[in-house]
Amino acid sequence: MADSSNSKFSLNGSEVAVTASADTPLLYVLTDELHLLGPRFGCGLAQCGSCSVLVDGVEVRSCVTPLSAITGKTVTTLEGLPALHAASKGLAKVPEFTPLQQALIDTQAIQCGYCTNGIQIKATELLAKNPSPSEQEIRTAMNGHLCRCGTYPKIITAIEQAARSMRGKA
Amino acid sequence: MNTFSRNRRSLLKAGGTLIISFPFLPAAFAQARNPVAGPPDAKQIDSWIAIHSDNTATIYVGFVELGQGCSTALLQVAAEELDLSMDQIKTVRHDTHITPNQGGTYSSAAMHRGAPQVQRAAAEARQALLALASQRLQLPTDKLRVESGIVSGRGDDNASVSYGELIGDQQFKLAFTGTAPLKDPSTYRLVSKPLPRTDIPLKAKGTYAFMQHQRLPGMLHGRIVRPRGQGAYKDGVQIVSVDNASITGISGAKVLRQGNFLAVVAPREWDAVRAAQLLQVQWQQPANLPGNAGLFQKMEASAPDDRIARNEGDLAAIKSAAVTSDFTGYGPYQAHVPFAPNCALADVKRDSALVLCSSQDIYNTRTNVSALLGLKPEQVRVQYHDGAGTFGHSCWDDVAQAAALMSQLAGAPVRVQFMRWDEHGWDTYGPAHLGKVNASATADGKLLTYEYHGWQHHWSLIESTEQSSKGTQAAEWPAMAAMQINPLVLGGQYKIPNIKLVNHHVPGVDYLKGAWLRSPLDLAMAFISEQAIDDLAFKLGRDAYEFRLQNMFDAHWSGVLQAAAKAANWQARPSAQKLSTAEVVTGRGIGLGTHLASWGGAVAEIEVNRKTGVVRVLHIAGAIDAGRVVNPSNVENQLIGQLTQAASRMLHEEVTFNTTNVTSLDWSTYPILRFSEAPRITPVIVQRILEEPLGAGEEVMAAAAAAIANAFFDATGKRMNRFPFTPERVLATLG
Repeated sequence: MADSSNSKFSLNGSEVAVTASADTPLLYVLTDELHLLGPRFGCGLAQCGSCSVLVDGVEVRSCVTPLSAITGKTVTTLEGLPALHAASKGLAKVPEFTPLQQALIDTQAIQCGYCTNGIQIKATELLAKNPSPSEQEIRTAMNGHLCRCGTYPKIITAIEQAARSMRGKA
Repeated sequence: MNTFSRNRRSLLKAGGTLIISFPFLPAAFAQARNPVAGPPDAKQIDSWIAIHSDNTATIYVGFVELGQGCSTALLQVAAEELDLSMDQIKTVRHDTHITPNQGGTYSSAAMHRGAPQVQRAAAEARQALLALASQRLQLPTDKLRVESGIVSGRGDDNASVSYGELIGDQQFKLAFTGTAPLKDPSTYRLVSKPLPRTDIPLKAKGTYAFMQHQRLPGMLHGRIVRPRGQGAYKDGVQIVSVDNASITGISGAKVLRQGNFLAVVAPREWDAVRAAQLLQVQWQQPANLPGNAGLFQKMEASAPDDRIARNEGDLAAIKSAAVTSDFTGYGPYQAHVPFAPNCALADVKRDSALVLCSSQDIYNTRTNVSALLGLKPEQVRVQYHDGAGTFGHSCWDDVAQAAALMSQLAGAPVRVQFMRWDEHGWDTYGPAHLGKVNASATADGKLLTYEYHGWQHHWSLIESTEQSSKGTQAAEWPAMAAMQINPLVLGGQYKIPNIKLVNHHVPGVDYLKGAWLRSPLDLAMAFISEQAIDDLAFKLGRDAYEFRLQNMFDAHWSGVLQAAAKAANWQARPSAQKLSTAEVVTGRGIGLGTHLASWGGAVAEIEVNRKTGVVRVLHIAGAIDAGRVVNPSNVENQLIGQLTQAASRMLHEEVTFNTTNVTSLDWSTYPILRFSEAPRITPVIVQRILEEPLGAGEEVMAAAAAAIANAFFDATGKRMNRFPFTPERVLATLG
């Protein structure tokens, strides 16, 4: 068992310091200590993607990532995606919704909405690497994220719409 | 078919007996409606509607938002009748101290049972408001018009008064008689429009607080400790010994125990998780389950309680049949497994309790929790906070009971988050089903006889927390329609002169726990029955669509059949006529089914890899006739979800268990359909604006299950008699 220690990392553009045992999964720190609503518990086994966050731009399952592995790194959660988008596009103002969020709203691609955190984190990572993914590339990239409501077809459509929208403003 | 109509109504009524009866209490609300132990008197308009001074309205509804969009659609219904715009109307959190009891949010009831009540309450409120306006404006009511809550004289906009000015923040003090005239559907402005859901922007942005996000000051985190995977229902949990010292190294962690209910609490969540993992416990785990291998043999060999569900004509007519089909099929236990394991938060005091949970039936949860705690129902306040889509009775009652009990034992608020293996391993599963069908048709393609025997056990009445903590014996729910064979799915789609349906109720405590899972039993029944219908068409050399159409009597059924076939561009030909020896073969199939109301038809296109046994569903067109569809966008989403989930249940989903316990405990051992294999979906709505709304949350799944099975036959010339279609089963069937 790890001793309690102080970890510092960047969270959605702000430096944070947390005191918790070093083996505490990042998820519990984000939800219980930092009171975020984005990353959320789904399986605790890195199987579903519910808890995903970006660590230095890469999608990571926070439920199995110990706090000690995050020290000094940059963490972006669902809450930070509009600012991340604004920074990547050099926008003067942080928009209320990212293009992907707007596309999810436009296509009504959300049912219960619990999986949307991981879906958005993974799709953000995808679109940063590949601004015009094919349907097959989207399916492959998203395959580690589950949706029990079965909204897959609309999520694929929304990601395609978001990609078009982002290319248009690039 | 008058007889059949009556059967249908009695089925619906039986389905409705899930509603727990309750005493009507007098409404005692202040203008802003302070919390008072409910339910509010459903016979008073004030229990349903409040008009505010700013000319807005609050609608109190008894159906919960599950991601199906009913919180938006029910407001559409109310705003329509009240002549308000959508931005003038809102609803409130579902709460036993605030909202009326409309029964549970299941059986696709939110629009079916809920919309007519909300609509009639709104119409009656509007009628009362017009009477007030008539006095104020000195005009007869038939000379008044309303737009956005502003009442004015027809053709004279100068004289007007708003709802808010007429009654703002005062009570109607009016009996809800349900007699006010309703709007002519041809004048609808909002109903039937695909309005966007109000909750989606918040969910997209991540500012929507789910049940899993709720916290109370001074709260502890709790986890249940029990074997990984339930055993036979009757055995519950049996503790041999607990070593409390095994978690002394975890600061603040504490063991709670009542009877065989064992749990840990800790101020920090990770400490509770670790303590639950580290606590050393010896369990007794009797080998009383049949295991997957022995399940259906045990069900068929049990001494079931038989009931004839339908019996018309004489099956001896089969003697003159040209073709017969005799088919036995098997449907597995399947799990709800919401994407987020259930969660609840309880604060129990000596003479009161507050329980936050994701119950689809908060008044029933209140009854169960209060009994567990030794409190009166009115001392317990249950609030609904949505979690992930749950698709029936997942673990929301069990987790609510667990949180309440742990809070009582710990003397502090306790939040219980089920772990993934709790949800997968201790679910009340959709029960397994065994069906045998024998059907026949004449040479000119008319269905002649149909006989079906179905075996399954009932649902489980006692939750695991109550069972383990109080020693309450395992017991089944009293019989109701949804847990028995469904005459609507079993030949009810067709005109069949000689038909007999027999339900074999298997005594259920020697099996896994059971409960309603989206479209209960229907997937298995349609999988079996519709393959026999398909087989008759095949044996007659007829097209499967045309054969069905020829045997129909009801425009609702033929309507969804035609709509699905059209959407899939169905080309008439007999099935399995062009069998290929290629490694990957394709096929298309059609099916019909429903649950307790509405009508569903589907066409599936699949591919089968004959070498690996892997089946992919490429496309499903699914059509629903659910009467008046209030919000087509919501129903379209429901269809996409149902059809995708049906593909998942046909290809992947099966609860596995050995003789002692369930072994499918996560997404790896209980896989569901993923992005890479998600079929294209074409949702089709048959809109019937003049009819009352029916359910749309589950009624196309059975049709899709049947369509996938029939597509497999079209592709391979072989029939699967069991799902899910795992590669092993597919290869065994292909031979």
